[in-house]
Amino acid sequence: MSVAIRSIGTPVERVEGREKVTGRALYAYEHAPEGVAYAAIVTSSVARGSVRAIDADAALSLPGVLGVLSAQNAPNLPGAEGELAVLQSPAVAYRGEIVAVAIAETAELARQAAETVRVDYEQAPHDVLLRGDHPELYRPEKVNPNFPTDTEEGDVDAALAAAPVQVDETYTTPTEHNTAMEPHATIAAWEGDSLTLYDSNQGAWNVVQAIAKVFAIDAGRVRVIAPHVGGGFGSKGTPRPHVVLAALCARHVGRPVKLAVTRQQMFTLTGYRTPTIQRMRLAADHDGHLQAIVHDVKEQTSTVQEFAEQTAVVTRMLYASPARRTTHRLVALDVPTPSWMRAPGECPGMFALESAMDDLAVACGLDPIELRIRNEPEIDPESGNPFSTRNLVECLRRGAERFGWDGRAEPGAHRDGRWLTGMGVAASTYPARRVGSTAHGTAEADGTFTIRITAADIGTGARTVLTQIAADALELPLDRVRVVIGDSESGQAMVAGGSMGTTSWGTAIVKACERLRAGEAEVHVDTGDDEDPGKDFARHAFGAQFIEVRVDPATGEVRIPRALGMFACGRIINPRTARSQFLGGMTMGIGMALFEETIVDPGLGAFMNHDLAQYHVPTNADIRDLEADWIDEEDFRVNPMGSKGIGEIGIVGTAAAVANAVYNATGVRHRDLPITPARILATRQ
Amino acid sequence: MRPFRYERAADEGGAVAAVAEPGAKFLGGGTNLVDLMRLGVETPSVLVDVTRLPLDRIEPLDDGGLRIGAGVRNSDLAADPRIRDRYPALAEAVLAGASGQLRNLATTGGNLMQRTRCPYFQDVTTPCNKREPGTGCPAREGEHTNLAILGHSEHCVATNPSDMAVPLAAFDAVVRVVGPEGAREIPLAEFHRLPGDAPERDTTLRKGELIVAVDLPRLPLAARSRYRKVRERASFAFALVSVAAALEVADGRVADVRIAFGGLAHKPWRASAAEDALRGVAAGPEAFAAAADAELAAARPLRDNGYKVDLARTALVQTLVELST
Repeated sequence: MSVAIRSIGTPVERVEGREKVTGRALYAYEHAPEGVAYAAIVTSSVARGSVRAIDADAALSLPGVLGVLSAQNAPNLPGAEGELAVLQSPAVAYRGEIVAVAIAETAELARQAAETVRVDYEQAPHDVLLRGDHPELYRPEKVNPNFPTDTEEGDVDAALAAAPVQVDETYTTPTEHNTAMEPHATIAAWEGDSLTLYDSNQGAWNVVQAIAKVFAIDAGRVRVIAPHVGGGFGSKGTPRPHVVLAALCARHVGRPVKLAVTRQQMFTLTGYRTPTIQRMRLAADHDGHLQAIVHDVKEQTSTVQEFAEQTAVVTRMLYASPARRTTHRLVALDVPTPSWMRAPGECPGMFALESAMDDLAVACGLDPIELRIRNEPEIDPESGNPFSTRNLVECLRRGAERFGWDGRAEPGAHRDGRWLTGMGVAASTYPARRVGSTAHGTAEADGTFTIRITAADIGTGARTVLTQIAADALELPLDRVRVVIGDSESGQAMVAGGSMGTTSWGTAIVKACERLRAGEAEVHVDTGDDEDPGKDFARHAFGAQFIEVRVDPATGEVRIPRALGMFACGRIINPRTARSQFLGGMTMGIGMALFEETIVDPGLGAFMNHDLAQYHVPTNADIRDLEADWIDEEDFRVNPMGSKGIGEIGIVGTAAAVANAVYNATGVRHRDLPITPARILATRQ
Repeated sequence: MRPFRYERAADEGGAVAAVAEPGAKFLGGGTNLVDLMRLGVETPSVLVDVTRLPLDRIEPLDDGGLRIGAGVRNSDLAADPRIRDRYPALAEAVLAGASGQLRNLATTGGNLMQRTRCPYFQDVTTPCNKREPGTGCPAREGEHTNLAILGHSEHCVATNPSDMAVPLAAFDAVVRVVGPEGAREIPLAEFHRLPGDAPERDTTLRKGELIVAVDLPRLPLAARSRYRKVRERASFAFALVSVAAALEVADGRVADVRIAFGGLAHKPWRASAAEDALRGVAAGPEAFAAAADAELAAARPLRDNGYKVDLARTALVQTLVELST
């Protein structure tokens, strides 16, 4: 099945754009149920230990304070596990964990009451630092979401011993935080045993399932509403502890309760990217043909629950090599649990792999683009399946031409005043997966059609793109189709994550629309058991990132005057919103390369730079001539639209391209992110 | 955030009288104070809003200098043609700070009163001698990548975050204040203090004193001045190191020079040793580097901020080379 093209491929403006710019689009915290009260979180100020006592008397004596909940008086939640077991025990597993909450008539009063609550701790020694030689590193059973922890093929050790060209280097990435523009927020309202949540999330259905389990109630009794979401980057892909807390508060005071996580609290309560220590060993012949790749990853999780980032997974499929080994090792520290952050796995993994490929290009005396072309696999090295589409080489070649790659000089050879300039390249890739989803379709009496699906538009343009898909599938103009998203009443659907949203939701919408077009007035479809036309293919999106840098070697300042991302992501459904996704990903990748680092104080066990004045992401002044483009591609083995997901690929490889450009500019390789002035100065020759 | 009362002062005397109440604070643009109140770092009982006082003018002084009213917004200060022509480093410094939105609100007096951005100072769950005297300074052993290398003490390694104050220190500006005991003048270089054993005190202001103006003396040299700010992000970031400098070269020799550093100490750092080393010597990169070394000989970098010594030296040399060519 495939859809006729009409709206797909055109730069349709966001269907909710007017609502958003006029302030009429309601985000989670802005809903106003009658009789609402406000809650403010109290977090732990020790990294490990237990709460000995909570003194809430002063808080409770403030007029208008409705209650204070802590492990002393919170109800038992039979189904709560891990980070969602909120206030279930006095144990403190990390600094910044929820230890109490104050509920009051106003937000200001709740905040004041929360600051007044006194918590007495029994403090225990803590360990918050990931080290490559940590004695408690262990092998997790799988890595996120369910990939094998380790893989090995061919005779790796023999290949390493025999190959004439070797790269053996360690690359590190720091703790990084998602910091979406809209902080996490939830309004919880109970009616009897039924719970309604207005919540900022990436998938209302997932929130329903998780919260129903925590409170041991039927999922049919939980409704989650999230029509507009101000960014997530993975941090809203799973319900965070505050969602449970909001529901606890609402039950405690018998009124709806609003709870906003503060920017500072986001740094411990809403997930982050684990730091990584990645040893890469590449062995090649003199012509640059890989003989072995080894990617050994060390990263952290918490003692609360396990999260194992799939950092080396990308090395299993990107390049051809007769021998290959990938491993992941974790250590459970006294830290918040890491979680998804834009392209978990691929993003930090490709920093290491694509930096190492640049190292290898130098060692072989080859142009880094040529090196990559020489190692292009004919089939997926991991599964042995053919690729459904793979246009990495085309992206590299087309991007090189467009970027003026042939003007690239030898390392350290290009100076402009006090600036050294250079260019770098890196490959980009992300899986094109799909998950079953349900959708409802209704033929309205006025000749229009309504599609209901529990999709999430976290600023991506999903609502617009899904409307385009439905209109084309119905062979109707856009204004006769309405797509209602962000309400769990519409049934099971994929979360906006893993670059699977549009693919998964669009497939269900096409199926629903085909039946509507055949004359049915009301349809409910589920793609969960449908035949997958691409199941015997390796499906991935690809791209190439080109970066130009200027480095002042005397001050260590790095600036990026120009960047180009060339992508191959199937059919582009909406060039306007797609361009925005690519540019946003690349911008985040530039931030990863140069700025982003959550500072850990080992003594306090704390993340210190927990706001946007201190945790730096790029400003407009940092992003100059930034361009994204794509090659013509369509892939109906991924979905009936011929598209692939584009939410994450933009960040993959960017940081490596920056580091490779810094090498080209200065002749000095930076293997630890971010590449700060202090680091540049430390390596000055 | 704690409840507080808000009052609006009608005149300077009324403002000084209103702030006599325990826990009272003056409110200018609020761009730092209100943030700190949200964080629980500042818990004033009363805010005395002084932005309606007639202190929003930049006026000529008899000696040819300029008087900048304490209520002049940072945006207006940076845009003033007299400032841009006669004290360009000051306009550049103001524009190098914060964002357009913040500069539209922030005042000249408030800019001088802003607190350090040391992460420990801003987080009430951690010890900090500046916030809670006697609790200790975790920054010494913890995160201090962007903290002081000059003039710090065992009690505090914080830096003053102001860009504006750096050229003001270089240009011998004078802070005019009124207080319960009357009016007085404080040289800018003596307005901020080193932490010593009382890091809770950022300035030499006495209790209840209100800044009413900053006087810029006539300084023809300043027409040839620059502000250089080094930071990892191109905008909206505090300085790793900054330099304000004015230079006059005659017959190849340094006739006169003014230099101050930002980002290195608990106060804007007037580089008198560097100035002394330069006066009368042949202008050139070697002399500039030697002058930087003379000033930075006193640097006592911490574990992770030694790069600032190098950076300050380079920033000064680059700036003086630019000014001399």
